[in-house]
Amino acid sequence: MRKLFAVCTVVLVIVVLWYSAAVKMNAKWAHDQAARAKVELSFSDLVRDTWAQERPVLPAPHQVAAELWDSTVMKKVNSKRSLIFHGWITLEATLLGFVVGTLLGIVLSVGIIYIRAMDMSVMPWAIASQTIPILAIAPMIIVVLNSVGIQGLIPKAIISAYLSFFPVLVGMVKGLRAPDHMQLDLLKTYNASRSDAFYKLRLPSSVPYLFTSMKVGIAASLVGTIVGELPTGAIRGLGARLLTGSYYGQTIQMWAALFAAALLAAGLVALVGLAEKSVLKKMGMVR
Amino acid sequence: MTLVLAALVIWIVASWVNVKLSRSKAHNTLLVRFLVPFIFGVTILVAWELLVRGLNIPGVILPPPTAIATRFAASTDILWLDFLQTFAKGALSGYIIGCGAAFLTAILIDRVPFLQLGLLPVGNFVAALPIVGIAPILVMWFGFDWQSKAAVVVVMVFFPMLVNCVQGLADTDHMQRDLMKTYAASYSDTLLKLRLPAAMPFIFNGLKISTTSALIGAIVAEFFGSPIVGMGFRISTEVGKLGLDMVWAEITVAAIAGSLFYGAVAAIEKGVTFWHPSQRG
Repeated sequence: MRKLFAVCTVVLVIVVLWYSAAVKMNAKWAHDQAARAKVELSFSDLVRDTWAQERPVLPAPHQVAAELWDSTVMKKVNSKRSLIFHGWITLEATLLGFVVGTLLGIVLSVGIIYIRAMDMSVMPWAIASQTIPILAIAPMIIVVLNSVGIQGLIPKAIISAYLSFFPVLVGMVKGLRAPDHMQLDLLKTYNASRSDAFYKLRLPSSVPYLFTSMKVGIAASLVGTIVGELPTGAIRGLGARLLTGSYYGQTIQMWAALFAAALLAAGLVALVGLAEKSVLKKMGMVR
Repeated sequence: MTLVLAALVIWIVASWVNVKLSRSKAHNTLLVRFLVPFIFGVTILVAWELLVRGLNIPGVILPPPTAIATRFAASTDILWLDFLQTFAKGALSGYIIGCGAAFLTAILIDRVPFLQLGLLPVGNFVAALPIVGIAPILVMWFGFDWQSKAAVVVVMVFFPMLVNCVQGLADTDHMQRDLMKTYAASYSDTLLKLRLPAAMPFIFNGLKISTTSALIGAIVAEFFGSPIVGMGFRISTEVGKLGLDMVWAEITVAAIAGSLFYGAVAAIEKGVTFWHPSQRG
């Protein structure tokens, strides 16, 4: 309860800061307009104006909220101006890529656990690749696939799969190696086969690690998809909304797209978190 | 066709060598630990080269490694300028400002448990968001030059760093703090001599995570507008001109810069937190 109160206070402080920043950053335009119209701006006029400009430097929170409401609930879902439409395009590619990336990561991690040559040759590269800004290759993948005639969902999904692949791989290898010698020895005394050891010990004990890395992976997937939507001439998707907003100076539209992306990310991470909770509970592993 | 076959043969031979090496008695020596991934990497490069040439894949789809290397060698001056613009000016300055600000904020809110309680969930939440999307907005505010890139990096590294610092500062137990109290240590003494050193593993964890996101932020922010220099700018324009060898050269620079940056922070960490179990191993 106290925690909720504290979180609300922090959020409130952020909103207040935001409103005052909006006054400060939009004041120049308001003053210019007033000087042109030769009217004196009182402070309350200034505040009212800075919170209601059409193309503010920093839109006030209620403007963003209004735009969000306007472009989700008020628009038809299949309209080009609906954020639900663009959000769905982004979500589709993210989910497809995430599922593919996660499955690949799991399969490869199993190979790494059992084949030492693979472990020694692939693992150092997989770990090193986490320090590399892989996202930089996103535009190239999009354009190259476009030039061979593949466009739309698949290129974005490839980027998102690629980005979620490495966290899952590294996390799963850690998880499959989590059982210690005592536990493995116990299974040996039971005369358990290798597949028994895998299904009954290694796989269950890797599940918490899998979920932790899936949370990282799905956030990375979404970022990958959004960046992947930038270079195709910005037609559909949340990334495209951001880019067209920046072309035409539609700041409110950009902030709305940004918040939609944030909500999407939060929702996806929360979904994985929920799945984690229920699965771990069923497995009796709740800490 | 012979080239494709050659690629296959080389792949099989190299895998066989790696399997032998990893099954040999020497598989735990430093040399073999280095050699196996090295052979694997070289095999991929050779197979890539042979397959691209053998299957006549045009350079606008996938240039062979040799073409990338030639391009790299021929345009080191451009790559160096891009590197300076993106890494030194954009990523590094943003990294220092962002991590420094997060560190100071963590110390400030450390004195107010209430703020800590509220800020941690918010920070955790923000750390999972696609913050890179703020890039076009910041490019609008701070102009096309490196300042906007540094601003993106500041926003990107701030929250992960903050969360790690706050957690690190909370990582001392009551016994240790009570001991400091029996010494009549002041707040600053406790902070400097007990809690900051104890927080170092967490702080460095945050610093290491932030190296990658700093580079990503600086590069992606350049996709939204930049002066005619910079790694992100080069990537997006060369992709448009289908100059893929240059793109790959730029990606090589990004990869080298990223791993060196990470390596440098990890090396400092090793020196600072030599006492931590993870470093003694």
